Amino acid sequence: MGRYVVRRLLQMIPVFIGTTLLIFLMVYSLPGDPVAGLFGDKAANPATVAKIRHDLGLDLPILQQYWNYMSGIVLHFDFGNQIASGRPVTDVLGDAFPVTLQLAALAFAFELIFGIGLGVIAGLRAGRLADNAILIFTLLIISVPVFVLGFIIKMVFAFELGWIAPNVSNDQLLSEMIAPAVVLGGLSLAYVARLTRTSMAENLRADYMRTAVAKGLPRRRVIGVHLMRNSMIPVVTFLGTDIGALMGGAVVTEGIFNVKGVGGIIYESIIRREGTTLVGLVTVLVLVYLVTSLLIDLLYAVLDPRIRYA
Amino acid sequence: MRGAKSAKWVAGAIVVALAATACGGGNGSGSDAKGEVDPNGIYSIEVGEPEKLLHPADTMESNGSIVMSGLFAQLVDYTPDGKLTMVNAESVESKDSKVWTVKLKKGWTFHDGTPVTSKSYVDAWNWAANVDNKQGNASWFGDILGAEKLLPEKEGAKPTADKLDGLKVVDDSTFTITLKSPVPYFAYKLGYEVFSPLPESFYKDPTAAGKKPVGNGPYKFKSWDNKKQIEIVRFDDYKGPNKAKNGGVIFKNYTTLEAAYEDLKSGNVDVLRQIAPKDLPVYRADLGDRAVDQSYSSIQTLAIAFYADQWKKPKKIDPKVIQGLSMAIDRATITKTVLQGTREPATGWVAKGVLGHQENGAGDVTKFDPAKAKELIKAGGGVPNNAISIQFNADGGHKEWVDAVCNSITQATGVKCVGDGKPDFQADLQARKSKQVKSIYRSGWALDYPVNSNFLRDLFQTGASGNQGDFSDPAVDAKIKAADSAKTLDESVKAYQALEKELVNYMPSIPLWYYKVNAGYSEKVTGVTYAQDGDPNIEEVQVLKK
Repeated sequence: MGRYVVRRLLQMIPVFIGTTLLIFLMVYSLPGDPVAGLFGDKAANPATVAKIRHDLGLDLPILQQYWNYMSGIVLHFDFGNQIASGRPVTDVLGDAFPVTLQLAALAFAFELIFGIGLGVIAGLRAGRLADNAILIFTLLIISVPVFVLGFIIKMVFAFELGWIAPNVSNDQLLSEMIAPAVVLGGLSLAYVARLTRTSMAENLRADYMRTAVAKGLPRRRVIGVHLMRNSMIPVVTFLGTDIGALMGGAVVTEGIFNVKGVGGIIYESIIRREGTTLVGLVTVLVLVYLVTSLLIDLLYAVLDPRIRYA
Repeated sequence: MRGAKSAKWVAGAIVVALAATACGGGNGSGSDAKGEVDPNGIYSIEVGEPEKLLHPADTMESNGSIVMSGLFAQLVDYTPDGKLTMVNAESVESKDSKVWTVKLKKGWTFHDGTPVTSKSYVDAWNWAANVDNKQGNASWFGDILGAEKLLPEKEGAKPTADKLDGLKVVDDSTFTITLKSPVPYFAYKLGYEVFSPLPESFYKDPTAAGKKPVGNGPYKFKSWDNKKQIEIVRFDDYKGPNKAKNGGVIFKNYTTLEAAYEDLKSGNVDVLRQIAPKDLPVYRADLGDRAVDQSYSSIQTLAIAFYADQWKKPKKIDPKVIQGLSMAIDRATITKTVLQGTREPATGWVAKGVLGHQENGAGDVTKFDPAKAKELIKAGGGVPNNAISIQFNADGGHKEWVDAVCNSITQATGVKCVGDGKPDFQADLQARKSKQVKSIYRSGWALDYPVNSNFLRDLFQTGASGNQGDFSDPAVDAKIKAADSAKTLDESVKAYQALEKELVNYMPSIPLWYYKVNAGYSEKVTGVTYAQDGDPNIEEVQVLKK
């Protein structure tokens, strides 16, 4: 087990370098120059542009830029400065990540509780009315685009009923995050419910279930421990990868509800060719993905005793 | 709120609230106050995060410049019809349009209590013009004698002086500006915030000063919570004519215009600068007389990429062809339908609200006349390859009208026309600056200073800063030079008006339409007016007691 973890941690290094280098090269190869872009429609003074580029180290060869950038991160935890505003990227990340974490955690809790709950109900009553109702409900959520869902929720709860404020204010209260979290977690909720339902319905007919029932175990224990634990493996896989997606891919939801999180910054950095900000964000996200996928692999062993890591 | 804000590019729906302005201008819509006014009330405006630090000479986009307009006051300002008024200056005079003498009003102070003297101006300009300080709008000092020593053109060049030769302090409240050559409308340029004074404390740590600016304007800086809001409060010792009628302003950052509009409706933000396309059809009904719909000084054109093979090989294109293309565009219908009334058909190259604007500056070529269009194109030898493309940035909401313009041209003349969408504004600019536009490109221009030369000289002179299509004609250049060396401002403006009338014979670009402000405000405020740049006059807004 220990050796397995160490090996996985070591594997992270090449993955980490590879992804950051790829992103760095991709940003670099996009058409458009962030410094010239600051001048808009006007012609830029070449001397001023050259001076700005030099001060930011943008006039160096690309691989050297990458080296300087990565060594700054690894040695001094320095992600560089933004091109336009000159703000340290760590500040920008420090502003955005707590908000996104809050949003992602709420959305995750929402999809976990309601997704698995609905899935269990549907799985145990496979083929019956409750199962069909949940099937229709989840299909509906999957087929409605996020921004439509967002606007419907705003329309109903903010404008018609007046229960919530339509947008997240600058105080970023937890209560304001509920609506965006529901929208963000909605799609995954449907997937979680479908996965849980299928896996439960299948495992209901498994041999070990018959054994457990034959042993005379109480129904609560049969379902709660034997059935649930085995049925959770595909769900956990999905949930694990979903954490990363919730954190990085919330551009649309964040935009609709005025949440100033990571998604919006990624979008803005791409539009403005803010390479350092973008790579910094992606670096953190890559780490999140790597760590969660390791945790999930370890969770497998906990859930299913047949899986062992040497 | 003085001063044109230069280089405020018209990138699209989001970036459309642009440049320049006058104090106390606007059309006075909504001054019918019913509740009582609270002179210390604080209100909020939807404004995005400024792109850069808040340095007067480096703030080039609208989000930063609306904040700066509250924090700094310049020497002069102008009224909505283009007349010069004095703010921090007692007088700005010149006998020969070359040597200008500025006298300051006495008793002005910065927000930190230090006096505003002629040195505050001269030092600030010397600092901003220096290439080492990387100020984006430094080229504005280019008219002043000796500017090229501080701001060399060549890449990598070092400045060879640290003071502008043309600036001389006479005494505490007088200084002179000597220009390289006469510029009759130079006093107008002084209203732009590049020409702001800076306090002594600035030079100790310019970066810190950019995060917490100390100015001489009607408001002083209070706080900047990155990506969330900026707050400024009234400066009670302000001596200028445009004293704030409210207690302060909060500039609130929104992720989308839609979100801002919803917050306006639910009372969380008081003043908007623009309405998202989604809400345009309903905002008049939603807001009633709090909906704003007025034109401002900004124009959209189709600029011809004269360096492209299509226009120069085998021979230089006959302007008649471009006239024909212009007459094939049904501006009235497109602005009404596709653009939902957010633009107004242009009749010339100079936008409205600018000194020297004339109706029908382009004559007949902006009228929709398919038969005449066909005839002109034929007379000019036809469009090479019988096809054109219009380059635009796909992230700015331009695709719809580009398609409509193309359809209009094809239907009227049979010339094939396609939109050439670049994924975003950066890619679009890159293609323009590296001269890779294949045929025609979309171009937006907002005023820097309210004189017609800004829309003619800065766009059509050979090598001018906004002339990215490489239009060049010796006759036009000569007329521009003559207009610039006119004795008085009036003569200069008239000469430029004559030039605008003649531009139809050269067709450097096809005027499309003028921009309009589509905005609104909440029930909590009154006296909301919008200036020539489309931004609200922030000092004029009055907050009602609850």
